[in-house]
Amino acid sequence: MPAAGVVMLIAVLAIVLALVYYLLSTIVALRQITAGLDEAIASVAEIIEKSAPVEEVVNAINQHLDAGVDLLEGLLVKKAGMEDAVGLVEGLYPGAAEAGFRSFPESTSVTPPRIGEVYTKGTLTLARLGREAPIAAASPAGGAVLRNVTGGSRAARALYPEARQSRPEKLARSPIIGTDSPVQYEPSDEPGVRRGLPGSAAVLEPQTRPGPPDAAEREDADAERA
Amino acid sequence: MTLWWIGNAVLLLVVLPVVIYLLNGVLSEARGIVPSVRRVGAAAAAGSKDLDAVPLLLTTQDQVIKTVENAANYGGSLDVILDDAS
Repeated sequence: MPAAGVVMLIAVLAIVLALVYYLLSTIVALRQITAGLDEAIASVAEIIEKSAPVEEVVNAINQHLDAGVDLLEGLLVKKAGMEDAVGLVEGLYPGAAEAGFRSFPESTSVTPPRIGEVYTKGTLTLARLGREAPIAAASPAGGAVLRNVTGGSRAARALYPEARQSRPEKLARSPIIGTDSPVQYEPSDEPGVRRGLPGSAAVLEPQTRPGPPDAAEREDADAERA
Repeated sequence: MTLWWIGNAVLLLVVLPVVIYLLNGVLSEARGIVPSVRRVGAAAAAGSKDLDAVPLLLTTQDQVIKTVENAANYGGSLDVILDDAS
């Protein structure tokens, strides 16, 4: 075989060896990629399976929360009025008045009174949710006070069942005491012992009550025992 | 004979380096994908583990329903107790 043929065989053999080495290495790398992708696909399948009911549950939660928000907004507007309701929400959550109430689009055009700059949140709640509260008299937003602050107990009494309200309108007065009372009580000599009760007192009179023997009586008793 | 030698020279000096260059590029890119795929697999596994708490959403849903019901009952009582604004 000529020398050129030998060199050609060596060159071809070198090319084939290079192909074998690199292609085998590439195959090994691709197998590792395949194994990694299999793990990733399995995890993604788990994610899809686990997240499948999320949309339904979250939508249900949002529906219930929307219903609650609509209920509370409606109640607040009904009881406090649109202006006071917007002012209350603005006082509790600054900036919320701009968004307004979802069920009341006209609430976005209401200028909220600056309630939160005057009262604390607790006072605001009392004043806005119930204008029966005495503090409502000082409400910066005005509005009629619904409760008579000097005799407002009847309003609270009306909240209870009728049986609690059927008691006498005016109970018997308490006994009069003092120096000008019709029944006078004499002061007692000792604690727990009165000289006498008004009327027919059944207590021991001071002069009949057995007291400690005096010195002469004690001497007579000693002589008798001796 | 001269052409044969020229062909051998081309084979050794041109074809073989080109083949090695191209195969080396393919191999390096394939090896570069492996760590990325492993990171993707780890992230997907972590994401799947994070979703293990999804069934708790059912408890959250029940609690939300109860809370809204209580708020509705409370609001109904307030509606009876308090006078309307207008």
